[in-house]
Amino acid sequence: MTIITAVPPPAAPGTGVQVRTGSGRRLPGPLRFGGRALRTLWGNGKARAGLIILGLIIAVAVFAPLLAPHSPTATTFTPYSAPSAANWLGTTGNGQDVFSQLIYGARISLLVGVGAGVLATLVAATLGLVAGYRPGLIDEVLGFATNLALVIPALPLMIILAAYLQSRSVWTIVFVVAFTSWATGARVIRSQTSTLRTREFVTSAVFSGERLPRIVFREILPNMTSLVTASFLAAATAAVLAEASLEFLGLGNPGTVSWGTILYAAQQQNALLTGQWAMVLAPGLAIVLLMVSFTLINFGVDALSNPRLREK
Amino acid sequence: MVKGVRDDVRAPQGVLFIITLWAALTLNFILPRLMPGSPVDAALGRLASAGVPITNAERQAVEIQLGVPHSSPFIQYADYLKNIAVFRFGTSYSFPTQTVAQTIAKALPWTLVLVGATTIFAFIIGTLLGVYAGWRRGKATDSSITIGATFFGAFPPFWLGLLLLYLLAFRYSWFPIKGGYDPGSQPNLSLPFLSDAFRHSVLPALTLAVTLLSGWVFGMRNNMINTLGEDFVTFAEANGLRPRTVAMLYAARNALLPSVTAFGLSLGAVVSGSVLVEGVFSYPGLGNLLYIAVTNHDFPLMQALLLVITVSMLVAIFIVDLLYVRIDPRVRQ
Repeated sequence: MTIITAVPPPAAPGTGVQVRTGSGRRLPGPLRFGGRALRTLWGNGKARAGLIILGLIIAVAVFAPLLAPHSPTATTFTPYSAPSAANWLGTTGNGQDVFSQLIYGARISLLVGVGAGVLATLVAATLGLVAGYRPGLIDEVLGFATNLALVIPALPLMIILAAYLQSRSVWTIVFVVAFTSWATGARVIRSQTSTLRTREFVTSAVFSGERLPRIVFREILPNMTSLVTASFLAAATAAVLAEASLEFLGLGNPGTVSWGTILYAAQQQNALLTGQWAMVLAPGLAIVLLMVSFTLINFGVDALSNPRLREK
Repeated sequence: MVKGVRDDVRAPQGVLFIITLWAALTLNFILPRLMPGSPVDAALGRLASAGVPITNAERQAVEIQLGVPHSSPFIQYADYLKNIAVFRFGTSYSFPTQTVAQTIAKALPWTLVLVGATTIFAFIIGTLLGVYAGWRRGKATDSSITIGATFFGAFPPFWLGLLLLYLLAFRYSWFPIKGGYDPGSQPNLSLPFLSDAFRHSVLPALTLAVTLLSGWVFGMRNNMINTLGEDFVTFAEANGLRPRTVAMLYAARNALLPSVTAFGLSLGAVVSGSVLVEGVFSYPGLGNLLYIAVTNHDFPLMQALLLVITVSMLVAIFIVDLLYVRIDPRVRQ
């Protein structure tokens, strides 16, 4: 009868060492890493403020149906009314409650900002890694394309793309914003990759026969996490502003409710002249807060990677 | 100065400029032809509502103008390049009495003035604030400048424009509400007109400059911090130089170098911002034209504007690169 034990018996007396393998009670690697990163960011004053603000905005977006007193598109109120007890921020020219629109608008603004930021960073990281790791023709071509994309001013190109595409969905805006903002991140990631490429750990990985994708994604990329995060936060900040700008110019979907479309309606209805100052002030402040939160967190990430910038 | 050294550095830059210019022109050619949807029908709809009879000849003219293929792509491309060379961009729909080239030529000086004033203002103030913040790193001034720059830099330009417009032009009438100049007067170079134009440009320039300050402040602050950690600064301090001398003459001058290249790239941000700000103030520059063109689906005007903006950016960056070679001896071969 064989006795099956959890730990194999020691091969020789005195060598039995109890080794605790990953027994499923510890969290997976990436989650632990994320937790450590959050804890480090929390220690930085500016980043902590940014995380709090961002957390509040995310909470507002997630719990919008519970927080908003009315539906954002219901045109049941007196149009053009100033802030009152019934409508905390007044109503639009169509009789919609601005406060509810502000709360629901957080969803679209967050979605487009984070979505376009993620998309732009994915493209930038891919192109940057490829260009940095393989110098030569590919690097030259990609470098040239990146420089060209950097030269063309972003907003005019976005405006023209959005006008040409003529579809008015939120995903058009995400695509157009991401299309014009990948270049900065790509350039930064590329230069960092080409610096890391010459380090010994990469050479030893190559010599021990690791294949290219593994080297790039398991050796080089983890050393650039703070850079990629900073790049993502910068792209998300720009994306929030770009989305608001596109919608302010009337290139968004008039049916969706976001902070940019509230400002578009305010401009169309001359809100400042009809006394609806809250309709102009509130969405603008919300946009500013979201962008500031991303930037504050980015300060923390900067301080992580450049010790000279750390607050003493 | 050895003549050969300067030529060596300039030649590759000139070649790069030509290649990038060609790539930008080609991109501008390809882009509208890749887009889905039919700009032709939109254009014909506009012409019809303006009272122009739609004959087959008219349709064909519009199709040629918008690049619907009637001949091989290479012939179209050659025609396109020929037209660009003589600035023949077609006729706009929003301003049917002029050619697109004339419309753009009228708006260009206004945008140049606005962009120039904004950039210089933001660059000077932002750089000074950044130097001060970097120098006083970690103290209260640094934090307040940094936080302030972050907060104001996140303002959407059109939002700040709306607020300033309401406060300073509508409520208090310190500045005019719209336009680049008084509606009654004709553009000329006389002093009353120039001062009137200046008054009209203050609010748009102020709006843009505030939103762009943060870029300069942070860039300069980071450069200052990195430069202050360099050996030559410690050496200067050890030699007994006064702190302010060290800051201005040594640290700031070297920290300024990356800012010069950033200057060229920031022009793109200024042009982008001007699109929004000019729309809010109805300022008659290129940004306002783009706004009108997009609202009217005016494709010839849009294409020409993108081309003009891109080429101006390229030229500006090229000039800045040439200047950089002059002020940073380390870059010369």
